[in-house]
Amino acid sequence: MKRVQFEHSSIPYLFIAPQIIIIAVFFLWPAAQAMYQSFLLEDAFGLSSQFVWFKNYSDTILSGSWLQAAWFTMIFSVLVTFLSLAIALLLAVKANEVLRGARTYKTTLMWAYAIAPPVAGLMGNLMFHPIIGDLYKFFNAIGWDFDHKLDAFDASFVVILISVWKQVSVNFIFFLSGLQGIPTSVMEAATMDCRSPTRRFWTITFPLLAPTTFFLMVINITYAFFETFGIIDTTTQGAPGGATNTLVFKVFQDGFRGADLGGSSAQSVVLMIIVLALTVIQFRFIERKVHY
Amino acid sequence: MAGVELSGVKKVYPNGAEAVRGVDMKIDDGEFIVFVGPSGCGKSTLLRMVAGLESITGGDINIDDRVINDVSPSERDVAMVFQNYALYPHMTVRGNMSYGLKNRGLPKEEINKKVTETATMLRIVDFLDRQPNQLSGGQRQRVAMGRAIVREPKVFLFDEPLSNLDAKLRVQMRIEIKRLQRRMGVTSIYVTHDQTEAMTLADRLAVINDGRIEQMGAPIELYNNPATLFVASFIGSPQINLIPARFEGGKLVSGSIQLDGFENLPENKDLVLGVRPDALSQNSDSRFEMRVDLVEQHGADNLIYGVLKGAAATEGDETEICLKVDQQILPDIDSNLGLSFDTSRTMVFEKDTGARIV
Repeated sequence: MKRVQFEHSSIPYLFIAPQIIIIAVFFLWPAAQAMYQSFLLEDAFGLSSQFVWFKNYSDTILSGSWLQAAWFTMIFSVLVTFLSLAIALLLAVKANEVLRGARTYKTTLMWAYAIAPPVAGLMGNLMFHPIIGDLYKFFNAIGWDFDHKLDAFDASFVVILISVWKQVSVNFIFFLSGLQGIPTSVMEAATMDCRSPTRRFWTITFPLLAPTTFFLMVINITYAFFETFGIIDTTTQGAPGGATNTLVFKVFQDGFRGADLGGSSAQSVVLMIIVLALTVIQFRFIERKVHY
Repeated sequence: MAGVELSGVKKVYPNGAEAVRGVDMKIDDGEFIVFVGPSGCGKSTLLRMVAGLESITGGDINIDDRVINDVSPSERDVAMVFQNYALYPHMTVRGNMSYGLKNRGLPKEEINKKVTETATMLRIVDFLDRQPNQLSGGQRQRVAMGRAIVREPKVFLFDEPLSNLDAKLRVQMRIEIKRLQRRMGVTSIYVTHDQTEAMTLADRLAVINDGRIEQMGAPIELYNNPATLFVASFIGSPQINLIPARFEGGKLVSGSIQLDGFENLPENKDLVLGVRPDALSQNSDSRFEMRVDLVEQHGADNLIYGVLKGAAATEGDETEICLKVDQQILPDIDSNLGLSFDTSRTMVFEKDTGARIV
C-alpha cells in the first residue's frame, strides 16, 4: 500500500489566520481576562488589587440588584422572543397570502431590518419623550398614567416595545422564506383534507416551519440577551432604579460606570455560563422536536 | 359513488388568459375518465377546478347532482393524488393517511381500522410508522394513493401521478391503479400527457387542446376514428403518418403519387392523408416506395422509419413515413421498400381546419 502524501503548505494557515486572530483578540483574550479579573478585588483608584477567590461571585449573585437584573432579563427575553416571533409569524403568513402589491408590502415590513439597535433606541426615545413624544402623549391621552422615567412597568414596556419592533423584521424575513419553502402541493393536499384554515396552520404549516422557528428562537434569545444593550443604553439606561437592567447592561454599568472591574467580570462569567446552559437546553430538548 | 357533470365550465385568469374555454362533459358513476393533451392545454386546470383548488369562472360542476362551484375542497368528497405525491413530510405514513379522517372527527378505532385495511390492500402495512423521506418513490406513490383511498371519496382525481416514477414502475403502477379502480368502482378522473397511459387506463378519453375538448370517447374509438387531425396525431404511438395531398381529377395526389378510391373530396384545398404505421405493410409489387433510414427493433415488431418517395414535401422537408412490421422484416438502411396501404384505414383531413373529411 502506498499512501498518497500531499506536500504540506503553510498557505491554509495563512487563510484562516485573520479569523483565528479575531477570535483570539476579541473573544479568547477578553474572556481569559474576565475570568482572571473576577478573582481580583481592586482598590477604588485602580492602583492595587488582591486575590479574593470567589468573593466577587458571592457578592454578585447574592446582591439584590443582580437578582433583580436576572429576573428582568428572563422576563424581558421571554417576552421579546415570544412577541417578536409571534408578530413576525402572523405578518409573514398574511404577507404570503397577498397577491397584489406583494413586493411593496414585503419590502415595507423588512425595512426596520436595516436599523441598528441604538438608532432604534433613539427613535424610541423621541417617541416616548415627555414633551415631544407622540406615543407618550397618546398613552396619557387614553387614560394611562404613563411615565417611563418613574414607573418600572412603563419603562419595561418601552424597552420591550422597541426591542420587539426592531426584531420583527428579521424574523419576518426568515418566516416568509420558510413559508415559501413549503411545497404548494402539500398545502393543496391539506386544503382537501382539512376544512379549517386555523387547524391547517397548526397541523401542517407550523410543524413544517419548526426548523425556522427553532433557529429564530436561538437567534432571538441571543438578541434579547446581548444586542438589546444598545436599545437600553439609549433609552432607559436601566432606570428607574435598575428596573430595566439586563444582565449585560449591568455588567457594563458596574464595570465601566461603577469601576468595579472584579464584580463586573464575575457577572460576565456567570452570564457566559447561563448562556451556555441555555444553548445546551435549547439544542438538547427543543431541537429534538423539530422535524427538518 | 357518483357521477360528475361539467356544463360550460370556463377558467379565465385575472390577466385575461383563458385556460379552459367552455367544457361540457358527463361522467357516469364508476367511470374512469382520462384527460389527455399537450402541456398547457388546460387539462390540469380543469381537474383542479373539480378538486376546488382553482376557482370556476364560468359554468357549473356537479358531483352527484350537487353544484359544487362554491363548496370548499374538503367538502366536495373528492380525493386527489398529486404528481409529486404531496405527502406531509412531518407525519408518518399512518399520520398522512389518517389526517383527513381525523379532521372529519371520526373515532380513533374506526380510523385505525380503515388505515390498516387500506394499507393492507396497497401492501404498505410495514411502512405505516415510517416518515415519507424514508420511502422510495414507488412506496410514496402508494401512500399518496392510500391517503386518497382511505377517505372513501365519491371521486378520485389523479394529476399525472406516475410521471415521477421510472419507466418500469410506471407500468406496474398503471396496472395497479386500473385494478384498484375496477375493484372499488369509484368514479375517477386522471390527467396525463402520456398517450399510452391514457389509452390503457381510460374507459373514456377526453383529448383536450387549447382549453377545449377536441374529442371524447373510448380509447380505441379515438384511435380508429379520430375526429380531427389533432386527435389523430396525438393518439397512437408511433405517431400516425401524415402525407400532404390534394384532390385533383378524382384522385388524391401527393407529388408524383396518385391514389384511387377517393370520391367527393373538395378540390383546390390542401388536404392531409393520415395512415397509421400499422395500416401500412411491406409489399414488393407496390407502386409506393420508401427509402429506409432507420430501423428500431422493439422485440416483437420493428419500426421502420424513412422517406416516402415521390410524395409532396411539407415546407421543404421530405415526407417522412413510419411503418410497423413483424420482427423478421429487417430491411437494409438506404434500401428501398415497397409499401401498400390498407385503404379502409386511411383518413383524410382538411389541412387548415384539421377537420376529418373521410
